[in-house]
Amino acid sequence: MEQEARRKYKKKSKLKSVWIRFRRNKRALVGMVVLLMLILIAVFANFIVDYDVAISQVMKDRLQTPSAAHWFGTDHLGRDMFARIIYGTRTSLFVGILTIAVAVTFGTIIGAIAGYYGGAVDNILMRFVDVLMAIPSMLLAISVVAALGTGLVNIVIAMSVSQIPRFARIVRASIMSIKGQEFIEAAKAYGASDLRIISKYIIPNALGPIIVQATLTMGTMILTVSSLSFVGLGIQPPSPEWGTMLAEGKDQMRYFPHLVTIPGLAIIVAVLSLNMVGDGLRDALDPRLKN
Amino acid sequence: MIKFIIKRLLMLIPVLLGISFIIFAIMSLTPGDPVRMKLGDGATEEEITAMRDEMGLNDPFLVQYVRYVKNALHGDFGKSYRNNVDVFGELMARFPNTLRLAVFGILISVLIGIPVGVISAVKQYSAADNIITILALLMTSLPSFWLGLMMILLFANKLHLLPATGVDTWKHFIMPSIAVAATTLATLIRMTRSTMLDVIRQDYVRTAKAKGASDRAIVFRHELRNALLPVITVIGVNFGSLLGGAMIAETVFAIPGLGSLMVASVRAKDTPMVMASVLFVAVAVGVINLIVDILYAYVDPRIKSQYGAHKASGRDRK
Repeated sequence: MEQEARRKYKKKSKLKSVWIRFRRNKRALVGMVVLLMLILIAVFANFIVDYDVAISQVMKDRLQTPSAAHWFGTDHLGRDMFARIIYGTRTSLFVGILTIAVAVTFGTIIGAIAGYYGGAVDNILMRFVDVLMAIPSMLLAISVVAALGTGLVNIVIAMSVSQIPRFARIVRASIMSIKGQEFIEAAKAYGASDLRIISKYIIPNALGPIIVQATLTMGTMILTVSSLSFVGLGIQPPSPEWGTMLAEGKDQMRYFPHLVTIPGLAIIVAVLSLNMVGDGLRDALDPRLKN
Repeated sequence: MIKFIIKRLLMLIPVLLGISFIIFAIMSLTPGDPVRMKLGDGATEEEITAMRDEMGLNDPFLVQYVRYVKNALHGDFGKSYRNNVDVFGELMARFPNTLRLAVFGILISVLIGIPVGVISAVKQYSAADNIITILALLMTSLPSFWLGLMMILLFANKLHLLPATGVDTWKHFIMPSIAVAATTLATLIRMTRSTMLDVIRQDYVRTAKAKGASDRAIVFRHELRNALLPVITVIGVNFGSLLGGAMIAETVFAIPGLGSLMVASVRAKDTPMVMASVLFVAVAVGVINLIVDILYAYVDPRIKSQYGAHKASGRDRK
């Protein structure tokens, strides 16, 4: 009972100290507030504006500059840009989170097995990871999408495959560094299974770097999905997505710059907030890295 | 040293085989028929079958793969499915554009990134440092193709200072180079700043200060030289990804380079073209990594002594 209480207390204090350090970082806080707002926008998009508004084409209203009726103007098909930006938030964050979830899951499994068992297993898995890493991630994503076809699931597969190596390496590295420590020995001595040791003792210890990397990578993923959409291999029209909006707007950007400036700014706000939170988390989790 | 170089080049072989196998499998085993795309909708079934036979597409996948590797080893990368041009010739014709873009991009990043990063670190927490770090953060967060679009809007459409697309003169390369440099530049600034901050606190810097070395000598002789090591890695990695990854920028600026070729070939299921360009980029990246590792030895003599050892790659010890 006492032990239980002590463990709980200790856990809380670690989280708390991270939060205290994080809180002191103004830039990270701003990033977190913006990120939370984006998440709220993504989750409650249908309360802000109807999905129909984002895809219904009103030809008489086409190519309007921002006004009171259409805050962000309208595009070449007369669709309301504000509604499209709002629903684009949902698409981008959703794709980002899903991609990270897939990449983290597989990366953790591969990295944990490689790091824990070492030897030939490690060698084979890591050579495979090296090969994946040597292929430019954008090219891998484009090939997978070209092969499987566009669609949300395929895009998530395409983007997560190239991110798996990164997470596998992080997990492997932290496992190698704690594998030899006494508390692992102790767990082994009282007969804990490999699976239990990995999931109960090793992965929680690698969680910090994984979270930091996940936050920063999610920013990259939002950039990647918009790039894919921009060359027509990402989210397909008429679904509202920021990169697709840029692609559709670029032909008219000369006379209607708002078609490309606004979606671009949306991407920047989202990625910037993720990067600010990621930087802040990294500094808070490992104060030694902060200068 | 020679032994190390040979070993590293040999290590490239399994990686290349792995990459070629993965890409070949993705291209071959998935739906989409290059023959149908080539002949168009008007082709009859007989024509399609005949064409498939001629191209060897009816053989089992592994047979096709082994044949490809065999031919490639003889320097024959095949002909494009799309327009029948010689794949290797096409690559060679397009590579200079991509190389130029990558070199300009890296030059911009290094020439601006390292000095700015040093200033930011030396004047830590000053107004300049704050502005620099925020700008760098902003640059890592913007899509490079969007930066490209914005530059086209401003410099080509509004001010008519620079051409929007093409590769005819050096002026055509200004905007694309800046667009592809943005991310690398930001990474270099951040990296230089943080390694410099690390180095500034080292004992040998304090010693140098104590013996009365000038600020200039301390920054250049003692700090920068030690801070450069991780920075070189970043430069190498980014140069590699610029060679293979400038696809979107090349598409925006209509530059006939490797990146735009890859995008077009992947979409057309042009397996020979995709394979050759991927392998080409992989070799280029491998060679660049090797050069980076050799450069380490010149920047850091401690590493030279390890070149004979098993784990000689500088990257592994990060």
